[in-house]
Amino acid sequence: MNKTKRQETSTHNSQETQAAAVTSRLGLFLRVLLVGIFFGIVLVKSEVVRWQRVHDMFLFKELHMYLIIGMGIAVAAAAMFWIKGRHLRSVDGRPIAYVPKPYHTGVVLGGMCFGAGWAITGACPGPIFAQIGAGQWMAWLTLAGAMVGMYAYAFLKPKLPH
Amino acid sequence: MVDFLMDPWPWWFSGILVGLTVPLLFWLAGKAFGISTSLQQIGAMCTPHSRLDYLNKYDRRDGMWLLVFVIGIAAGGWIATRFLSAEPVEFLPADYQTFVGGVKLFVGGILVGFGARYAGGCTSGHSITGIANLNWPSLVATIFFFVGGLAVTWGLGGWIFG
Repeated sequence: MNKTKRQETSTHNSQETQAAAVTSRLGLFLRVLLVGIFFGIVLVKSEVVRWQRVHDMFLFKELHMYLIIGMGIAVAAAAMFWIKGRHLRSVDGRPIAYVPKPYHTGVVLGGMCFGAGWAITGACPGPIFAQIGAGQWMAWLTLAGAMVGMYAYAFLKPKLPH
Repeated sequence: MVDFLMDPWPWWFSGILVGLTVPLLFWLAGKAFGISTSLQQIGAMCTPHSRLDYLNKYDRRDGMWLLVFVIGIAAGGWIATRFLSAEPVEFLPADYQTFVGGVKLFVGGILVGFGARYAGGCTSGHSITGIANLNWPSLVATIFFFVGGLAVTWGLGGWIFG
């Protein structure tokens, strides 16, 4: 009798923890979605999503893109300096930590491939999704290419120098 | 004020908001800002039983926020063009709205996807988040993004861009 009751309580508890986990995951997704919407709007309104802007950047015809990237780095660096100095935590109470991306040959070789693709398509991964959302149907081809490229890397990874 | 928001945003305003995306995503979601891993997430979800370690060893549950994030970016792109733009936004030039243009986008997309994954990040993860966190490999990656982009624009420009 007692045992059954204890079992019931434990099932009840685990159900509660499960429900709490689902709620916190949904909350996380909602907050991520909001930041995504914010960034998508910024990408379009800054015109970083326009092929012409990227082309003119590589032609050194205008500083627009360089200034945006430079300002973005400066603001992000100041914010990270502040966050690290004050040991701030995320809204769900976890410490904020940046995990450094390591150096390997791919940083150079992959970096060059990426830059070449950026110059041709006029879009890095963020703008691809912003263009698609904005109704630029041709951007689905860029995304399809990017998926093929990702699969090519997945396939070649064991053979490529790292 | 309304005019300011409905017109293309100046570089300093855009740059500040791009930079703020980094602390915003850390604070609201505890995640490092980066977009190209979403390609790996989508690949791992489309082919969960792949023989490739890059996809079957990847933690789809942990990376689910990336899919939510890029859906947000697409939604933001739609909101910005539909409700926040006085003039229609020209994403791609007219000569990209052709069959040949589509081929360029697809091939360029392959370079974007392959290169970003081989380099371990794209403009967001390396150039903005990485450099802002003083991660030197990210600076190297960014330099080679430009090496590749400049080489294509100045070297093959006449052939690719007509």
